[in-house]
Amino acid sequence: MTEATMRVGFAGPHVTLQDAGRPGLMRYGVPASGPMDRHSLAIANAALGNPVGQAGIDISLGGVALHCTHGAVTLALVGGGFIAEVAGRKFGSWCVFTLGQGEALTIRPGPWGSWASLAVAGRLVADPWLGSLATHGASGFGGGRLTTGQRLTIADAAVRVACEGPVPCPVWARPRHLLRCVMGPQDRFFTPEALANFTSARFAVTDAVDRMGVRLRGPALPPVAALSIPSEPVMRGSVQVSGDGAMAVLLADHQTTGGYPKIATVIAPDLDGFVQCRPGDLVRFAPLSPADAVQATRHHAQRVQAFLARIRQLRGGAGPAPEEG
Amino acid sequence: MTPEVTPDAPIFRPVAERAVLVDFGTAVNDAAHAAVLRLDRALADSPCPGFCESVPAFVNLLVVFDPLVTGHAAVEAHLRTLLSVPGGTRAAPVTHEVPVCYDADLAPDLGAVAARTGLSVEAVITAHLAGRYQVAMYGFAPGYAYLAGVPDAIRVDRKPAAVRGVAAGSVIIAGPQCLITTLTMPTGWWRIGRSPTAILTGDTDRPFLFGVGDAVRFRRLSRSAYEALR
Repeated sequence: MTEATMRVGFAGPHVTLQDAGRPGLMRYGVPASGPMDRHSLAIANAALGNPVGQAGIDISLGGVALHCTHGAVTLALVGGGFIAEVAGRKFGSWCVFTLGQGEALTIRPGPWGSWASLAVAGRLVADPWLGSLATHGASGFGGGRLTTGQRLTIADAAVRVACEGPVPCPVWARPRHLLRCVMGPQDRFFTPEALANFTSARFAVTDAVDRMGVRLRGPALPPVAALSIPSEPVMRGSVQVSGDGAMAVLLADHQTTGGYPKIATVIAPDLDGFVQCRPGDLVRFAPLSPADAVQATRHHAQRVQAFLARIRQLRGGAGPAPEEG
Repeated sequence: MTPEVTPDAPIFRPVAERAVLVDFGTAVNDAAHAAVLRLDRALADSPCPGFCESVPAFVNLLVVFDPLVTGHAAVEAHLRTLLSVPGGTRAAPVTHEVPVCYDADLAPDLGAVAARTGLSVEAVITAHLAGRYQVAMYGFAPGYAYLAGVPDAIRVDRKPAAVRGVAAGSVIIAGPQCLITTLTMPTGWWRIGRSPTAILTGDTDRPFLFGVGDAVRFRRLSRSAYEALR
């Protein structure tokens, strides 16, 4: 068992350590957090033969630079179409590669997408909070934000040559512009005109985005008589409308309660592709019945599981590769 | 527009593919909140297959489930069954005593609250100490417990604009609610004291000091005692 060390050359805003998240604590004001695009972390881990929820680095459009100061480790970069550069060699994401001692890795946004996950063949060492390394951005609790000059230690760092190479990008991991949702739970505060606008209009993703949520721009949908609703639970995917009619979709680090009416809630399978949209992209909402939303989710889960199993097989078996050092 | 919702006739609202929101009322009231806590406890005692977590708030309970295991209709049926069973005798709520120092530099809004309520600063402190508070819910940020029960005499509307950089441990009030902050965050609430008590305990067995429904009393702390405890 060996160790690798990386120094953070720079890290953009919202570049954080994330594992699969800490569900089950919303009653204490704690959202699950986790990667912005959960598919990308799961696929990156599968490509390395890791458990799918193992901690990796969640990378924003701000990018990140890492310098391997000690040891060597195989990495998987999956998510948006980002560009990586190692020793003057540029390559796209959806790739497993090895970073050797003394080599520097720079990851910057590429042709598409807004978030990427970097998984490691090993264990990122950090102090968990409430049993998880997922970082809650606003507080910094959890594995934490990456900061320039910081040293990252990877325990049990391995070189897995058998895993190296391209990873296929399934269609459902691409940016998603059609957001399936279930109306409510506070759609009653909107006029029939506003509800019709919500399902027919296109809304632009804005650059007002962080780990808590993203603002959309489109027709104003002012709620009626909802200004004093008691603060109530909200979820990842809640589409919240403020008093002036501005809309936001809540994401990984959402507040757990809020007093703005939620016109609809986007189903989980569509949120990961949604966060890969870029500012200016147009999205549309497609309401489903609750039963159809459950069916769609089950169908999606089967597709994801089958894909993850195939990736593991392609990349040299279900467990860590034999040349693990 | 809004149908009548009462604690005896809750409304079940589907949320996305993975939750049901049970509404017991439309405005904050004790009966609705008591019904929320009752269902929350009953569900903790008898969870349905696929149950993930529940989130109590002032007038509603969010019940999150695994859509690969169950669905809205099955969860709603389970919750209706729980509601049809008369609630058992409730154990006496846990009471927490939270010490507060009201020294002026730790309580920069005490004077403003006094001015708005027509009370002296001492009378504001006395009123705050006299309140009997209940943890109504958590929200906003990790460990932000909304304590209901601020006495009428010192209820003030929140400020029109938030103040940035309010220190963790600040005891803040707005309307009927009081809160002990856990993070340095902006807030539009009134800062009337500082507590050395951490709501995020750092104890892995009990990481959050309060349970929803617990009772809270405040106790006055001298500056030297505050400094010793923080």
